[in-house]
Amino acid sequence: MSADRIVFDNVSRFYGDVLGVNRVNLTIPPGVTSLVGPNGSGKTTLMNLMTGLIRPTRGTIRVLGIPPDRPEELMLKLGYCAQYDACPRGLTGRQFLYSFLRVQGYGDAEAGELTRGALERVNMTEAADRKVAGYSKGMRQRIRLALALAHDPPVVVLDEPLNGLDPMARAETIALFREWGRQGRYVIVSSHILHEVDRISDQVIMLSYGYVVAEGQIQGVRSEVKEQPVQVLVRCDRPQMLASRLFQLNHLVEAKIHEESRSLLVRTRDADGLYLMLNKVVTEDGLDIESVAPADDDVHSVYQYLIRPEGSTA
Amino acid sequence: MSPREYQQMLAVLRLELRKTFFSKRSWWVYLLAFGPTLVCFVHGASARHRGELAEDTMIFAGIFQFYYLKLAIFFGCLGIFSNLIRGEMLEKTLHYYFLTAARREVLLWGKYLAGLAASLIIFTSAVTLAFFFIRMHLGQVFQDYLVRGPGLAQLQSYVAVTVLASIGYGSVFLLLGLLYRNPMIPAALVMIWEAISGYLPTLLQKMSMSYYLKSLTPVQLGAEGPLALIAVAVEPAPPELAVTGLLLLSAALLMYASRKVRTLEISYSE
Repeated sequence: MSADRIVFDNVSRFYGDVLGVNRVNLTIPPGVTSLVGPNGSGKTTLMNLMTGLIRPTRGTIRVLGIPPDRPEELMLKLGYCAQYDACPRGLTGRQFLYSFLRVQGYGDAEAGELTRGALERVNMTEAADRKVAGYSKGMRQRIRLALALAHDPPVVVLDEPLNGLDPMARAETIALFREWGRQGRYVIVSSHILHEVDRISDQVIMLSYGYVVAEGQIQGVRSEVKEQPVQVLVRCDRPQMLASRLFQLNHLVEAKIHEESRSLLVRTRDADGLYLMLNKVVTEDGLDIESVAPADDDVHSVYQYLIRPEGSTA
Repeated sequence: MSPREYQQMLAVLRLELRKTFFSKRSWWVYLLAFGPTLVCFVHGASARHRGELAEDTMIFAGIFQFYYLKLAIFFGCLGIFSNLIRGEMLEKTLHYYFLTAARREVLLWGKYLAGLAASLIIFTSAVTLAFFFIRMHLGQVFQDYLVRGPGLAQLQSYVAVTVLASIGYGSVFLLLGLLYRNPMIPAALVMIWEAISGYLPTLLQKMSMSYYLKSLTPVQLGAEGPLALIAVAVEPAPPELAVTGLLLLSAALLMYASRKVRTLEISYSE
């Protein structure tokens, strides 16, 4: 198995008779990968399997070539911010980070240094000497995030990491994830907030009822959804004229004019045919086109197409 | 165990001691341990009381065998050791340990040693203080008993039995906390077994921890009251056999716990 990928090979996990995930085959490259799916779709199960907190019923998992049942090797390279909100009793934020870095194997000075760095990274230095029990939900989220990141691992697994963060902290955290993705780290994120997933992700893995229903770059996933017409937004000087010309196309499903923004939203079953027709209208009728952009190759749209119709909630 | 793993084990020990054992939530263990110590202090400090040394020695032997061994150390160890794993499951904090770069066995041993350190500090100090307090009114007689008589040797034996009881019951309850979602039910079965062992046939008595612990106590007490009629008198086990047997049994239980913890899953929702 590849030593520079996170690999799930035919992995299934059952909780008694209840399906967690089934027959998952994934190869996750570096960059930011988002797990998307409704509650109970298997996102947390995948993350727990990847980090060794639970074991697969069938199949094998390797994280950069390391099996998750060898935490002494794996956790040097992986940090996991789980969804569990609780923190150990009686500890301050600083003690919490320092103590678990010591358990991780760092000496006194190094653990102290890493603790300071991690606290600064999540803007928790001022509150570091207060008891974690007195923190707000957002502060607990940040201190848990700090623990996952403190040893600077190449693989970071984050279960709903933006929950409870204020807008400023969200923006900073998203910027941090994108920076890590650019650096070639493996950032695995689950989130319900689809427009944020869009901003963060290099690739997505969509889950529904324990099955992977789509994976890859979001544009690639969208192009695979053949049964749904493609939506394209065209901004131009004469949207009505363009609409009348486009209705000659057999594959056109719908064309909606937005007068105030001088644009036309087109739904078609053949995007290539549409683009050819646009070229023709520009050359023949002198149409002045400002922009042509796909309107439904984002995570939200693909999620709606692939998952929402099954009756689940986002 | 490598030097790094040794450091990790010490880090677990320090963390557990800080966050659990010497916190306000452990008050009931202190009450259990130091309650009789306080009674002994009141007894010893009472100016009106002028008991005999032999009488106080027998009273202390009774307190140790029937209270400390059967109740305080048993339940104290149940509370301390079964919570090392199960308590963290209930509080949803065990995953922090499992997400460190440490072998699960190292974490388990660190937790066990933390539990052992706490129970030894609490119970040996409680027993030692009670031993002194109950006889302190005897003045010179008590000093002679300690310095020239069997007093010091008896104290050493009581402390040794306390240590062995903590090691033994600690390993039992650590394992039960690992195996069972509710370790109280199997713990109750262990308690019943230990309580009735004195009334069982010889062979079955030898399958209880209390038989070996009682064998090591310096003052042997016979059964009294109506239950004495059904008690089965058994020769105490030789000290070497009792100590070795208890340590081997504890080691075996801890080895089994080490195997089980490798495959333990985090399932807080259960």
